Amino acid sequence: MSLIVEARHRLGQFSLDAAFTSAGGVTALFGRSGSGKTSIVRIVAGLTRPDAGRVVLDDTVLVDTARGIFVPRHKRRFGYVFQEARLFPHLSVRRNLVYGRWFAPKSGHAESFGRIVDLLGIGDLLERRPGGLSGGEKQRVAIGRALLSAPRMLLMDEPLAALDDPRKAEILPYLERLRDEMRIPIIYVSHSVAEVARIADKVIVLANGKIEAMGAAAEVLSEPALSVSFGKHDAGSVLSGTVSALDRRHGLATIQLAGAELHLPNVSIAIGLKVRVHIPARDVMLATVRPEGLSALNILEGRMGAIVAAGDGMVSIRIDCGGNPVLARITELSRERLDLQPGKMVFAIIKTVALEAQ
Amino acid sequence: MDWLSLSNEEWTAIGLSLRVSTVAMLASLPFGILVALALARGKFWGKSLLNGIVHLPLILPPVVTGFILLLLFGRRGPIGAFLDQYFGIVFSFRWTGAALACAVMGFPLLVRSIRLSIEMVDRKLEEAAGTLGANPAWVFATVTLPLILPGIIAGMILCFAKAMGEFGATITFVSNIPGETQTLSAAIYAFTQVPGGDAGALRLTIVAIAISMAALLASEFMAYVIGRRVDIE
Repeated sequence: MSLIVEARHRLGQFSLDAAFTSAGGVTALFGRSGSGKTSIVRIVAGLTRPDAGRVVLDDTVLVDTARGIFVPRHKRRFGYVFQEARLFPHLSVRRNLVYGRWFAPKSGHAESFGRIVDLLGIGDLLERRPGGLSGGEKQRVAIGRALLSAPRMLLMDEPLAALDDPRKAEILPYLERLRDEMRIPIIYVSHSVAEVARIADKVIVLANGKIEAMGAAAEVLSEPALSVSFGKHDAGSVLSGTVSALDRRHGLATIQLAGAELHLPNVSIAIGLKVRVHIPARDVMLATVRPEGLSALNILEGRMGAIVAAGDGMVSIRIDCGGNPVLARITELSRERLDLQPGKMVFAIIKTVALEAQ
Repeated sequence: MDWLSLSNEEWTAIGLSLRVSTVAMLASLPFGILVALALARGKFWGKSLLNGIVHLPLILPPVVTGFILLLLFGRRGPIGAFLDQYFGIVFSFRWTGAALACAVMGFPLLVRSIRLSIEMVDRKLEEAAGTLGANPAWVFATVTLPLILPGIIAGMILCFAKAMGEFGATITFVSNIPGETQTLSAAIYAFTQVPGGDAGALRLTIVAIAISMAALLASEFMAYVIGRRVDIE
């Protein structure tokens, strides 16, 4: 599976000029609102006709403005999950779910109805009308509806943005199962680092209609220069590891990283599980000597990398802790006092409570 | 109670009125939906002009509308002559002419009601249906049409009611011929013009009230049933 997107589009004051390829897995389009994420997905889905550009999926050309090709949306077979669920109010949940099936090719690899209903936990809702569902239920039905249309790819445009935190927490595990069990390529639009960190394999950062960075999720999300795009509270690093031990008496899990280990309060995960950990940069302190008599459990030694001014008297520093990039956000004053320079060895103190098995 | 029983002529007028109104309503429905779609969604030159023409019968005196119909659809009128020659359809002084006059008079009400309901439809739902593989015709049939059904039914009832009450345009266009073009309203009018016709006029008036009430109740009931089925958030 490979998706090639090249698009130039003007919409009033806003202009989009982006090109990228996606080779399966979950590709996140990440950026603030107004950065052009949704415009790109709409162009891929055929809801917007770009001024100029190409969209190619494997060997099917969907859009090529130079050759005058534009495949209409209903022939593209991309499952689109919108920010608002957009369920059909006059149909029951069951008929909403099977709507796309009428049009899907009979020979296609259509997923079995029962499996998707189970995966999304919507078995009890089938005979109800969308009007009476909660936001989280609606969004799960919308995801199921897109999946059952036998899509070649899933496009998710901020599927969680309209939901409150408990509802987000309700849906995220389903999205992870989708990624791990269905093996369907997904383009995931979001402005939330936490969501992207948890779901995406590849991240494309957009700002003002242009691509600022792209690459593997762990690398891009811990890039200090990009922390401005992520917003002050969200910037941080994402580390992948494996659950290596559980201390039930203290309620702590140990996560084995490439060259270090982290402890975090969570015993509901299983040993051997691969997890990602999001460390917000604001929850990382730096010390030039190994601190003692400190309550923090996680102290990683590492070599300082790039230092980038983050505005408001703050700097973002990337520390390479045994191959794990950790992003720290400290004041410019502290940096001067401690004489922190690239190449210097420091200790990153990570507040345990700031860690979450994402 | 003898004065309450209806004569054959009166039954004919009632039957004719019902037939004329039903035909007027059903025949104008497809055109009404198309024009409402064009006015609600279309972007074309002359849209305000089309809107004006559609609404004209609402503003013009009915006699004027009837006279224009006579000029256009009469045996010697440009459209009437053409239809007569090539399709053998004659409107003037026939019940079909009465149906045409009623349809023209009811058309603005039909279009208005459907147009409003089309403008209420969330186009995002149509987009969603498109991404699920439905082509534009299927999107209309499976999403747009069910959502505008209450508006269509309201428009049909309004059109029917207007047709039942239509008098001026009909009598001007197709005259008042018992058994052919004499509708309920025209028959009541005819009764009031002869001495001793009051009893007949009263009988038909009661019938007119009964039909109108029945139509109104039917529309309320249908709106209730559909409203429950559609259950728009």
